[in-house]
Amino acid sequence: MLAFIIRRLFQSVIVMLAVALVSFSLFRFVGDPIASMVGQETTLAERAALRDALGLNDPFLVQFWSFVARAAQGDFGISYRLQQPVMELILSRLPATLELAMISGIFAFLFGVGFGVYTALKRRGWLSNAIMTVSLIGVSLPTFLIGVLLIWVFAVELQMLPSFGRGDVVPVGDWWRTGLLTQSGRMSLILPAITLGLYQMTLIMRLVRAEMLEVLRTDYIKFARARGLTNRAVNFGHALKNTMVPVITITGLQLGSIIAFSIITETVFQWPGVGALFIRSVQFVDVPVMAAYLMLIALIFVVINLIVDLLYYAVDPRLRVSRSHARH
Amino acid sequence: MAEPLLSVRDLVVEFPTRKGVLRAIDKVSFDIAEGEVLGMVGESGAGKSITGTAIIGLIEPPGRIAGGEIWLKGKRIDNIAPEAMRRVRGRRIGMVFQDPLTSLNPLYTVAQQLIETIRSHLDVSEKEARARAVALLDRVGIPAAARRIDDYPHHFSGGMRQRVVIALALCAEPELVIADEPTTALDVSVQAQIIDVLKEICAERGAAVMLITHDMGVIAETADRVAVLYAGRLAEIGPVRDVIQKAEHPYTQGLMGSIPTLAQESDRLVQIPGSMPRLNAIPEGCAFNPRCEHAFERCFRERPDPLDRGTGRRVACWLYDRVGAGA
Repeated sequence: MLAFIIRRLFQSVIVMLAVALVSFSLFRFVGDPIASMVGQETTLAERAALRDALGLNDPFLVQFWSFVARAAQGDFGISYRLQQPVMELILSRLPATLELAMISGIFAFLFGVGFGVYTALKRRGWLSNAIMTVSLIGVSLPTFLIGVLLIWVFAVELQMLPSFGRGDVVPVGDWWRTGLLTQSGRMSLILPAITLGLYQMTLIMRLVRAEMLEVLRTDYIKFARARGLTNRAVNFGHALKNTMVPVITITGLQLGSIIAFSIITETVFQWPGVGALFIRSVQFVDVPVMAAYLMLIALIFVVINLIVDLLYYAVDPRLRVSRSHARH
Repeated sequence: MAEPLLSVRDLVVEFPTRKGVLRAIDKVSFDIAEGEVLGMVGESGAGKSITGTAIIGLIEPPGRIAGGEIWLKGKRIDNIAPEAMRRVRGRRIGMVFQDPLTSLNPLYTVAQQLIETIRSHLDVSEKEARARAVALLDRVGIPAAARRIDDYPHHFSGGMRQRVVIALALCAEPELVIADEPTTALDVSVQAQIIDVLKEICAERGAAVMLITHDMGVIAETADRVAVLYAGRLAEIGPVRDVIQKAEHPYTQGLMGSIPTLAQESDRLVQIPGSMPRLNAIPEGCAFNPRCEHAFERCFRERPDPLDRGTGRRVACWLYDRVGAGA
């Protein structure tokens, strides 16, 4: 078990290094940073001095190493556009994105599993058919269109929910400002969370349904029924637990893409998160912010993958190393 | 004769398909007395397993019991509410399936599965249920049962798992155990052990057994009576000794002739020509008529019902209905 964790951590470090290389390459290939830092009347000598002072004349590996070393300490330099430390910028925007991702992840998981189980158990019911049909729409409509449709129906026509922004936020701790504790903050969260989570929800639902149907056909479910267990115990104790093994992986990976895909939703709803910050940075070729965003998303994916692997162990006893008596 | 434990009367099981309704079981009737071992034999697809599944009310939709009655100790169980039937399953009729490798839920320990089953049916504490579970595992021959009960199914070998499955089938003290080919998936060397365990433990508890198999050797050693199924119909039923030594139905005769014996000095085993008809192509009259060397005109016209032949035997064959003419 420990060996497994160490091995996975080692793999994670390699992945992060690879992403760091890509991020670092951004600096070298997306224009000359000196050109975007100095004014037009700076002399060539001054430029060369600045170039030297910033270490841009050092060999590639030396530069890469110092980038990685500083990144590991959370130092991604100064934003070209806003002249603020990148880390500070990202940290101030991160709570908004994480809250949105968390709420839409929970929404996607709960409704995905709920609908999936329902449609698997009541395969022939009209409600199941209705859910399955609607889920097709969820899978096939692009996120921005769903967002715009929701804004049109609930914000413009019904005037029930706000169409943009985060509402009122209150500080929790040093740098975390939450919208979950205010009424307007929670109202503002509903539409973007649904927009962001709808695709993932339909995906989870279809996966749960397919897995559940598969599990319900197995011998051990038949045997569980033959032992006279209640439907509840068979469906939710035996079938659902076995269904969850593959579902955990997909859900974990989806959580990563929820955070990554929040770019579109944040743009549609003008949500002040890191996704919106990233889009701005791309427009202004703000390379340090882009690089840091890339690293952040990679880190989130790596951490989620690690957690998913550990969850596997918790759910499936067959993966645990047997206690030396698997001989009979 | 006392009231039978289980009585199956004219059972019909049908499966609707696109090509029409298939009759997997067609008017099968038999009884099982208390504490009796009834063997049920037949080729694959003859309807042995479906009969067992129908008795415990677990025919998969769209399949359904389309006719007949199933009585358990004087009470009908084929038309009762699902919750009442659930209380019958496990508690009054236990079931052992063919493949022990897939019968146990891989994510729960043996203890969890046993205790769950015991407490679904009997009003006992967790501790008491666990004590019973350990005692039962010990009885079915799991070494160091008190320790191994907390292992997961994948820690056990196939033979050991089938012992666990037997313990699970018996843990709520049922009066009848339906064992559906309990040894087919096992190593030859452990097959006999499993049959012995099943037979002994059921005898101790006075539980009757319906043993579904295609192994006539197992039937000969274990069963009190034997029922022979052919194409979803009962061909012959009677005391095991009589049926084996003096099979009356031509199909049973063929079946017995195909068992190799060391004493016999024949070069070839007898084989029945042809194969069992598919369920959608069962011929008019007797289902066995295309393969039967004794078939005559009536066999192609009328379907034979099992005829009482005395000493608890019934044979579904027109050969025995001719006045003054025997086999």
